[in-house]
Formats: sequence, structure tokens, C-alpha cells
Amino acid sequence: MIDEGFHLFSSSKFHHGETVAESNGKFYKLYHNKVYRTDAEGSLTFDDHHHPTNIKPLDFSITKSVLMIMVTGVLMLILFTGLARSFGKGPIAKGAGRFFEPIVVYIRDEIAIPNIGEKHYKRYMSFLLTVFFFVWFLNLFGLTPLGVNVTGNIAVTFALAILTFLITQFSGNKNYWKHIFWMPGVPVPMKIILAPIELLGVFIKPFALMIRLYANIMAGHIVLMSLIGLIFVFKNWIGSSLTFVLSFAISMIELLVALLQAYIFTMLSALYFGFAVEEHDEAH
Amino acid sequence: MEIPAIVGAGLVVIGAGIGIGRIGGSAMDAIARQPEATGKIQTAMLIAAALIEGIGFAALFAV
Repeated sequence: MIDEGFHLFSSSKFHHGETVAESNGKFYKLYHNKVYRTDAEGSLTFDDHHHPTNIKPLDFSITKSVLMIMVTGVLMLILFTGLARSFGKGPIAKGAGRFFEPIVVYIRDEIAIPNIGEKHYKRYMSFLLTVFFFVWFLNLFGLTPLGVNVTGNIAVTFALAILTFLITQFSGNKNYWKHIFWMPGVPVPMKIILAPIELLGVFIKPFALMIRLYANIMAGHIVLMSLIGLIFVFKNWIGSSLTFVLSFAISMIELLVALLQAYIFTMLSALYFGFAVEEHDEAH
Repeated sequence: MEIPAIVGAGLVVIGAGIGIGRIGGSAMDAIARQPEATGKIQTAMLIAAALIEGIGFAALFAV
């Protein structure tokens, strides 16, 4: 973490919140899963609502979610460099590339080109592909018994939505800004009314991306966990087995939702990029 | 355990259900008219359904 200088130490020094960790002359204590700076005894001063008033340093600890993101990143790197290399001399891929090549081609032909257009789609392909596989793999990992829930964390989806937002704003050409602030082809009073609505839309669209992914994955996990808990509530055979079948069915639906949400995120990002780089056509 | 929150959540789900149901219905009609456009219609249906579900979930979490 960063607190007047860089501190790096293992979180096992905290001993699950009982002792005070010491690093480079500063003392830190873990309280309710947050790190605070204290003195040598580990005293925390509380305010009226029982929140500690000690200073919180900038905490960049590697949590389970962060570790999962890094593992997925390395996995994708290995997978896709292998895919690129498996092409060899001919246009036919060998091995695992055979599974991913149609998906990549689908993203290019059905998501990128129809939305962004022939001229500019290549610039955005890397982001769209990365986001699609990143979200898909993380959703799938969330369904395994590993117990990591990355895309169900609103900070992660917030980061992904911010990336889409920044890319659309920085690649918007004159037509894009004109459509937002001074929509061509409508009478002037309508233009004045439309401008704030369009401006709001600029922020709400990535916000909806964030909420959609977060809520879908989180709700799926909550329903699944509740059903699995319900299995143990029933004390007879029939109730438990029926609940087991139901939770199995819901898991299958969650697999579909994992893919679907990745697809929707990618498709809507491509749509927003398409709006940003759209050339002026006479249909307006 | 507040009643207004529960009623609100129920209304949100009703709204989302009606919206997605109508889209599904129109998609079925369109596929029946032109079976060769099934792929495109399915894609458009999924997109519209995801958008409605996004709003539904956002409202549900706000409640």
C-alpha cells in the first residue's frame, strides 16, 4: 500500500485482525477488513457511529478478485498467442484455435462491422475481443466452486464501463458531438430540449452497462446460493432432491447468462463506438 | 420488511416481464412471416431483452 512511501508486506502479518503489522516504521491494524494506520499498541479512536477515525492508507492489496483477474489475464494471453501461432502457414488453425476462431470471426463480422462500419472497425477490434473474452471467462469462473466472484463486483464492472466511456469520448468525431448538442434535422426548440437529454445519455449509457452486468451476475449468484441453502433446509428426501434439480437447472441458465452478458456488453460497446465514428449520411 | 419496497419490486418485475414478453411475441410473429431471417431476429430480440432486463435489474437493486 502507499502511505507516505511504498509499503509492501504480506497480509498474514495482520493475523486476521488481532495483531498490529509493522512496516518501515508505521503500524497498521486490520479492523473490519479495512486497514488503518495506528501507533505501536494498535489503538483505534472511534467516533459517534463506531467508525474508526484513524487514517486509511491507499490500499492496493491483492485480494482474491485481483488475483483472479490476473490469472484470467495470463490465461487469455497464453490462449490467444497460442491461437495466433497455431495458424502456421495456412489459413486453417490447429488444436484449440479451432474452437476460438469462429467466435473471433463472429465478433468481427456480426458485432464490429455492422455497428462501426468497414472503415474504422479495426481500431476497436482488440478492445471488443478482449472485453468479450474477459467478461465471459470471469463469468464462467464465478460459477465454479472456486468461490471467486469478479464480475459480480461493482468496482470491476465500473472499470470496464469507464473504459468504454473513455474510448467513445476520445474517438468521437464532429458528427458525434453535433448529434449530442445540436441535433441536425429537427426544429430549433426541439434542439434546445434534446441537448441536455443527449448529454445525460452520454453518461447513462455506460452506467447502464455497468449496472446490467453487475446485477445479472450478482442476482444469479444470490439465487443460486439461496437455492443451494434451501437444499439443506428440507429434511426429507423429496424436497432436497427437487431443490437439487431446480438449482441444477438454474446453474444451466447461469451458464447461458454468462455468455449472453458478455455478448451484450460487447455488442453495446460496439454500438456506442459506432455512434462516435459515424460519418454523415444523407439519410438524416 | 417495508411494504412499499416489496410492492415496488413486484411492479418492476411485472414491467420487465411484460416488456420482454411483448418483444418475444413480436419476434415469434416475425420469424413466422420470414423464417430465413431467424438469425437476425433472434439477435435483435436478445439485445432488446437485455436492455429491458438491465433497467429492470437497476430498479430492483435501487429498491
